[in-house]
Amino acid sequence: MVFVIQVNGTVQSVDVDDDTPLLWVLRDVLGMTGTKFGCGMALCGACTVHIDGVASRSCVTTIDSIGRSQITTIEAIGATASGAKIQKAWLDREVVQCGYCQSGQIMSASALLASNPHPTDSDIDEAMSGNICRCGTYIRIREAIKQAARGG
Amino acid sequence: MVLDRIAFQGIDFDRTSSADGPSRRTFLRAGAAAGGGLLLSLSLPFVSGDVKAANSASFVPNAFIRISGDGQIVLTMPYVEMGQGTYTAIPMLIAEELEVDLKQVRLQHAPPNEKLYANPLLGVQATGNSNAIRGAWYPLRQAGAIARAMLVSAAAEHWKVDPASCRAQSGKVRHPPTGRSIKYGDLAADASRMVVPANVALKRPEEFKLIGTAAKRLDTPAKVNGTAVYGIDVRPPGVKIATLAQSPAFGGHVKGVEDAAAKAVKGVRQIVRLDDAVAVVADHMGAAKKGLAALVIEWEDGPHAELNTGEVARKLEEATLSSGAVAQNIGDADKAMASAVTKVEATYQVPFLAHATMEPMNCTVHVRKDGCEVWVGSQAIGRVQAAAAKITGLPLDKVVAHNHLIGGGFGRRLEIDGVVRAVQIAQQVDGPVKVVWTREEDIQHDMYRPYWFDRISAGLDEKGMPVAWNHRFAGSSVLARWLPPVFENGLDPDTTEGAINLVYALPNLHVEYLRVEPPGIPTAFWRSVGPSHNVFVTESFMDELAAAAKQDAVAYRLALLGKAPRAKAVLELAAEKAGWGQPLPERVGRGVSVQFVFGSYLAQVAEVEVSKDGMVRVRRVVCAIDCGAVVNPDTVRAQIESGIIFGVTAALYGEITLKGGRVEQSNFDTYRMLRMNEAPAIEIHIVQNSEPPGGVGETGTSAIVPAVSNAIFAATGKRLRKMPVDNAALKQPV
Ligand code: FES
Ligand code: FES
Repeated sequence: MVFVIQVNGTVQSVDVDDDTPLLWVLRDVLGMTGTKFGCGMALCGACTVHIDGVASRSCVTTIDSIGRSQITTIEAIGATASGAKIQKAWLDREVVQCGYCQSGQIMSASALLASNPHPTDSDIDEAMSGNICRCGTYIRIREAIKQAARGG
Repeated sequence: MVLDRIAFQGIDFDRTSSADGPSRRTFLRAGAAAGGGLLLSLSLPFVSGDVKAANSASFVPNAFIRISGDGQIVLTMPYVEMGQGTYTAIPMLIAEELEVDLKQVRLQHAPPNEKLYANPLLGVQATGNSNAIRGAWYPLRQAGAIARAMLVSAAAEHWKVDPASCRAQSGKVRHPPTGRSIKYGDLAADASRMVVPANVALKRPEEFKLIGTAAKRLDTPAKVNGTAVYGIDVRPPGVKIATLAQSPAFGGHVKGVEDAAAKAVKGVRQIVRLDDAVAVVADHMGAAKKGLAALVIEWEDGPHAELNTGEVARKLEEATLSSGAVAQNIGDADKAMASAVTKVEATYQVPFLAHATMEPMNCTVHVRKDGCEVWVGSQAIGRVQAAAAKITGLPLDKVVAHNHLIGGGFGRRLEIDGVVRAVQIAQQVDGPVKVVWTREEDIQHDMYRPYWFDRISAGLDEKGMPVAWNHRFAGSSVLARWLPPVFENGLDPDTTEGAINLVYALPNLHVEYLRVEPPGIPTAFWRSVGPSHNVFVTESFMDELAAAAKQDAVAYRLALLGKAPRAKAVLELAAEKAGWGQPLPERVGRGVSVQFVFGSYLAQVAEVEVSKDGMVRVRRVVCAIDCGAVVNPDTVRAQIESGIIFGVTAALYGEITLKGGRVEQSNFDTYRMLRMNEAPAIEIHIVQNSEPPGGVGETGTSAIVPAVSNAIFAATGKRLRKMPVDNAALKQPV
């Protein structure tokens, strides 16, 4: 059936089964490939987007559960204050390696910062442990979040 | 990866220590570029399908530097960016000698299909994690210096002055006496007519302006805003998405498919049946996955239906009872063993491991009657093109292969099995199709780091020092399959790396290898390859010897490093920075390892804590590396941090097991990855020198596994001779 959703401030209508995960609507139907697929089971965080500002795994979020909520993806996160700070810190600290997990990392980190401007180490652990990085960039991610929290 | 070592048989960069490096005889030519400007064609030492080619005197270019009229410098070469910073470090080498800003140099990945590459690159393009800088170090600096000299000659001729009175600086040739200058772009066409100088002086390390500085990575901005295009992101017009199920048991076949329910799923377009796999083609991956789940597939399990890991291990263990190919022999180990005061013996085992690259396997293919197009992220794009040509029966020049960013290689993307699958599926589909593997398929149909079984013994003298060392191991040879010509006399240079040419002075040493291929399960390179196994065994065993001699693990090693000053230096540095010897709480321990592999010396000290119920936490890792001249120190650090996390993951969790011919693990719940809350603090110390660069990308991984295991021994007194860590064995007895 047809669903009308709001992605990065734009209204989009898509015709898919009601149990279709948001991840595939974004990537394959709308062509927004910044959001990544890693596991499909909410185990890795590669597919993280914001739904009304809350970091959510789009691989297990079905299209019929979204309603009028605002979806924000990596493509637009730089337009938010916390997203821009996180992106800058990511570049300053040279966090990225292969980069494949980083859309999800940045989405998790920017949601953390938006809700908790001064996260402690254990806040960071809690918010970020759902995001796997096979290249092992965790140490730099932690430093970058702290730098962003200090205001860049 | 030791792949580079192979190509170096002809031109051994590792051992060339003069600043001029190898002869220019066969490696460079200059001329006019097709679109105007100066073109340098280089023949770099890469992995070669034909090893003999590396030794031949014929000129076969595989990299190009073009200086065009607008001053842009474009470097085209067959290395891929996998996250290791290659795209930033390689241009630094050229920019340094050419005297241009790093921003002026652009690195382009060589497509296999361009006319330029039509001949030489079939099957020879490959990027192993550690080889890019090592292979490029001399030739690219030389090329930069040659180009600079030709630009200077062109300017001098134009001004009718002595070239020696001109200077190259910031992308211009200047003539200080008259204050005149000309931009490189304006000189490029004339420069192409100049004589290629026979000798150019390269800068001395102390003159470097760029090399050794922490230049910012050039590939990152697109990776933080979602615009970077990985293989999985390509979307040729009209593309359909497919996902697949391959025979759960290795070597099995499809017996029957009931597909009515799958076809009824909204968005499903087609079911493709292959001999040993079934794919569902759909408008989007959601529909493809739903369709796949709705299929009822009957499988014929095939010849390996009974295979399990225990049987694989038993076969390897049995094999080590007979002698194998001698990889290295020094003195007479048997004789020395017979007269030793103490004898220490052990067996070690390491498991199959999956790569689990963050980007699951995928490949997009469009097969038409008259041609075929492939989009994929590959570490060996020449092989991709060849594979597609072979399956479709099309001539090579009708196959276009586009290479894309790679979401993790680790050796997985040196293989073309995913390309073969995608082409087979695409042959039955009208229009382009992107085949995306689920994570479950990715883990259950990987090509795995081999299982190895080792038998090792040593004889100690009255002071407890080793006088005899006997090591025999059995397992798969990846190179024998991947590059058959290098498997000679029962040996290949990868499988034994880290087991031979040890840093220690051992008077009597004997090392043997037996190639034993496990039935059914395919094996492949995996970050740090041979050393991932050998360093674990040799450095764990060295720790056993120190313990048997009742000596400190660092002091014992240092006593054996008299003839290896660089190894000694990194060990001393790591031990000092780690606070080696300082007291630790109960069930916390430090473990050490030293290695010389991939041309770099590295020592690590791991500090671990073992809980009462046997859970292990790696708290801190201190690493000292001497990898020769460092092009980009921040990249070196990043690569080691990465390698350590990768290795800790393997040590604590990494294990692929077989039952009924099938892999038992399937997703990140059963094949665990280290996460943020488990990551150790990592401290890296780089020893500065101007030796030729060694590899870095894989060194951290091989060294950390024994360091962790040795630390567990220090914390608990339990010696682990099989990876991964067995938590049950580490429980504190009550
Ligand atoms: S793809 Fe959604 S959490 Fe892994
Ligand atoms: S940067 Fe490669 S998986 Fe995180």
